[in-house]
Amino acid sequence: MAYDLNMRLWRGDQDGGELADYTVEVSEGEVVLDAIHRVQATQAGDLAVRWNCKAGKCGSCSAEVNGRPRLLCMTRLSDFDPTETITVTPMRTFPVIRDLVTDVSYNYEKARELPSFAPPPRDADGKRRMAQIDVERGQEFRKCIECFLCQNTCHVVRDHEDNKPAFAGPRFFLRYAELDMHPLDTHDRRQLAQGAAGIGMCNITKCCTEVCPEHIKITDNAIIPMKERVADRKYDPLVWLGNKIGIRNKDNDGRSEL
Amino acid sequence: MASTDAGVTGPTRASIDDKTLRTDRWWIYPLTTFVVFTAFVVYATIRAFMGRDYYAAPYLSPFYSPCLGDCVEGASDFGQPFGWFPLSAALIILIFPLGFRLTCYYYRKAYYRAFWLSPPACAVAEPHKGYSGETRFPLILQNIHRWFWYTAVLVALVLSFDTVLAFRNEDKEWGHMGLGTLLMLVNIVFIWLYTLSCHSCRHIVGGRLRHFSKHPVRYRMWTWVSRLNTRHAAYAWISLFSVAIVDFYVYLLATGTIDDVRFF
Amino acid sequence: MSDRHPMTGNEMSGSERGGLERHSYDVVVIGAGGAGLRAAIAAHDAGARTAIVCKSLLGKAHTVMAEGGIAAAMGNRWPEDNWEVHFRDTMRGGKMLNNWRMAQLHAQEAPERVQELEDWGALFDRTEDGLISQRDFGGHRYARLAHVGDRTGLEMIRTLQQRAVALGIDVFMECTVTELLKEGGSISGAFGYWRETGRFVVFDAPSVVLATGGIGKSFKVTSNSWEYTGDGHALALRAGASLINMEFVQFHPTGMVWPPSVKGLLVTESVRGDGGILKNSEGKRFMFDYIPEFFKAETADTEEEADRWYDDKKNNRRPPELLPRDEVARAINSEIKAGRGTPHGGIYLDIASRRSPEYIRKRLPSMYHQFKELADVDITQEPMEIGPTCHYVMGGVEVDADTELSGVTGLYAVGECSGGMHGSNRLGGNSLSDLLVFGRRAGEAAASYAEGLGGQRPSVSEDDVKAAEQAALAPFESEGGENPYSIQQDLQQSMNDLVGIIRTGQELSRSLEEIEAFKGRAGKLSVEGHRQYNPGWHLALDLRNMLLVSECIAKAALAREESRGGHTRDDFPMTSDSWGTKNLVLRLNAAGDGVDLAEQPLPVMPEDLQTYFESK
Repeated sequence: MAYDLNMRLWRGDQDGGELADYTVEVSEGEVVLDAIHRVQATQAGDLAVRWNCKAGKCGSCSAEVNGRPRLLCMTRLSDFDPTETITVTPMRTFPVIRDLVTDVSYNYEKARELPSFAPPPRDADGKRRMAQIDVERGQEFRKCIECFLCQNTCHVVRDHEDNKPAFAGPRFFLRYAELDMHPLDTHDRRQLAQGAAGIGMCNITKCCTEVCPEHIKITDNAIIPMKERVADRKYDPLVWLGNKIGIRNKDNDGRSEL
Repeated sequence: MASTDAGVTGPTRASIDDKTLRTDRWWIYPLTTFVVFTAFVVYATIRAFMGRDYYAAPYLSPFYSPCLGDCVEGASDFGQPFGWFPLSAALIILIFPLGFRLTCYYYRKAYYRAFWLSPPACAVAEPHKGYSGETRFPLILQNIHRWFWYTAVLVALVLSFDTVLAFRNEDKEWGHMGLGTLLMLVNIVFIWLYTLSCHSCRHIVGGRLRHFSKHPVRYRMWTWVSRLNTRHAAYAWISLFSVAIVDFYVYLLATGTIDDVRFF
Repeated sequence: MSDRHPMTGNEMSGSERGGLERHSYDVVVIGAGGAGLRAAIAAHDAGARTAIVCKSLLGKAHTVMAEGGIAAAMGNRWPEDNWEVHFRDTMRGGKMLNNWRMAQLHAQEAPERVQELEDWGALFDRTEDGLISQRDFGGHRYARLAHVGDRTGLEMIRTLQQRAVALGIDVFMECTVTELLKEGGSISGAFGYWRETGRFVVFDAPSVVLATGGIGKSFKVTSNSWEYTGDGHALALRAGASLINMEFVQFHPTGMVWPPSVKGLLVTESVRGDGGILKNSEGKRFMFDYIPEFFKAETADTEEEADRWYDDKKNNRRPPELLPRDEVARAINSEIKAGRGTPHGGIYLDIASRRSPEYIRKRLPSMYHQFKELADVDITQEPMEIGPTCHYVMGGVEVDADTELSGVTGLYAVGECSGGMHGSNRLGGNSLSDLLVFGRRAGEAAASYAEGLGGQRPSVSEDDVKAAEQAALAPFESEGGENPYSIQQDLQQSMNDLVGIIRTGQELSRSLEEIEAFKGRAGKLSVEGHRQYNPGWHLALDLRNMLLVSECIAKAALAREESRGGHTRDDFPMTSDSWGTKNLVLRLNAAGDGVDLAEQPLPVMPEDLQTYFESK
């Protein structure tokens, strides 16, 4: 079931570039990355593309296929009509390096700004105890493969370069939520999520959830709960009143605000 | 500040002129939302300002419930503390369900996309130059969604009461049911589903906890609300239609355009 | 380092030509998988100025592909479990060819290394008591693998990555090291290039830790990613260190066989640990026909007993599906060869008929996802088609068991690129714990060596740097030559056909001839384009390493005239006692264009440890 696939691949660097046409033979069961590799091996040896595991587990081959943010290794050719031309461009939110490769350092800078997990001492026997139901929410977020497609599709930075310094992006809201829901963490990161990470910039239009290849419910399970936690801290009259008259949620005991 | 070349066509990005290269019909969702929401807003505004044809015993339009102004006889089950209010009684209470829906996490997504085009769809460039999200007035008020949720629960309770009253006939005798009762019943079910599937509700019942294991009952409630929450958008749409349908049905009865279909 | 690029560490702009970037550290770790990150954290904690240099972005290394779990005798599920049992399982799994001291340290220290991950934020699955849950795996007597669903490797690398970032360790991403630099017999630094700009960089450092992973990309059907080109193995050889056990390559029994684009992609052993069984095209559960004498006493011989074992491990023996990987891979290979394979040339791995869909989705979420999205197969409803795939090389740099120091002063090796720990065959789950245990040991040893030097550090010679530059640019020199992709493809095919799961002397000799021919072709290849992010050029440089390592494997495989663990000779099908006391050691030859092979006696286990193996 081999056929000739027409592709348009973005070639170029920061000085400029354009969509270049290629025709390459592909066969049943292949993914877009296979087609690109064949172009590379037979027609354009210097075609730059970032990839690693080719199994949807490492999150390296993020790009845009027909305008949609996707992992190249998880985009099957069978999803397209054989006569359709497939257009592949680099992620359009990050500075381009060359061809399909972008400079994703924005994400690594944001990772560095986030205060790490701070556990209390271990139990007397040197182990830690946590209930499965208490770690499950965090485990969903830790499925994240850091492909940065959510960061790429988020219009807050995609359409507004000037927001980049003040906005951590969906991937790191996941991380804030993970730590805030961690049964052992001793930090209260709610102020930080609102301030330094800029969670208020998010207008929950859910594109991050739409593009997540791990199907993490970023908006519903991480960002909105985190916004609600911020509201607990800053905008809830009942919580404020409760604190004033000494009725508190003991669940947050032992945490100190960052 | 924002410059014109700050987005996908900015100087460091891969140079591509198109605002999007999406080939699917991504505009269907925002367009549909725009048309339907606009239609609803127009309809609801007209009906809310009309100030009449909202009661046809035993049915009270949800737009006017509870009827706290200078309402027609039989419509006010909770007195008329705002009897002095010169305008339509709907305007007194509509702010609550309206505020609940306006600050709802689903509706926000829908209208930011469809009305603000911010963004119109994923990976489609938005037309605005600057963007500050929900960090400033007035959008920072989205944070008070839970306040509206508290009132939305009260409103839902009142509408439940109205639905119970709809099991009477025109002469307030119990044990009857008509098409209006059925419509109100369907409506109140979806109103509750919409209200309980709310993200703030999910947070309040258990989501705010860090240790589910220490609060088994709240954990159970949280899992239940979480399941409903996955269909929050669907309930938002369905309840929007159901509210309008009940109101329109009452309108048709009140104006005498049709007669109620009585089952028993 | 004011202008240091936040991601790549590059000080200069991509467009700038000429010049050479230099950095000075106490410890440079090459590779940012589990072993490299753990080594860097240990070196940093020991006070060393530490850098991590990796070919990919941080957090993308092959450790993310590890699925099943981390083997550590924590005793959370089975209080009977302890390091002695784990040690015994490891040695028996490796057919007693392991470096006993490494196996001992590994078994003793693994539990604390796992607990440490939890201190740094890892969220493992829990037992009912809230402890870290442990699951069954092939060759392990007790449920021993700490896990997170079937994405344990991702959890581990993310945890270590976040720890390294929190500690502020410098990371040089997408930077490839092509030469180690020495003064006299000691390491003085490393030379490499930025993938992004193609420009060169020199690290002045007395300690270098190799943590580059394996060699799987030399084979056509492999679960390994493009990075697995044996860089650490080759760097060590060229620096004068020796490799051992290179004939032992683990073929994982269960890789995907269809569609072709994902052929070789790993299907975790947890599928079998959680109840999955192997069937041939006749529907027969064939593993009962392949129980070797060595494991008869501890393996169930009826389906009933095997099925009871999942719930009652004390009174039943383990199912044959959970024999060590080499045994299972060979059995699958035989079934396929006997014509009892599936339409796509594999055999069936069935969990759908044995466990509920909810259980499967809960325990094996990534596998569910992987088959659904890549093969349109719902593993809760139908069996998977699987076959052996090149997965892991047991062989690697010969190191001191306690410090991971190679034969070259200042050069350390950890993880898959080191040798000895796993003997002739690695047990599932022992890899992740290996990374942690020896990563930490190497990091500490490397830091302490650097500190001990004081101001007397070996220095980098400018001539060596010039030579390294020339070697790196050589592929651009010739024009009209062959492109590197076709040589790589031919090498992969050749290794798969001639040095695969079942080997013969004749085929191995032929493969050595073919490798010589590939070397000739590689010497004349040419690459197009320029130095900026040019994968063709990168491959051309990696190809040198792949060829050297392939030669090591073929040469050692030809010499070892027996079958043991990950090395099966059709012409010598039995295990030989005399070979059981010998390692094969490889060194770069005098001309520097190939390798020499020598036999070396295996270190002898002390008597108190030998007692574990006396009673059957």
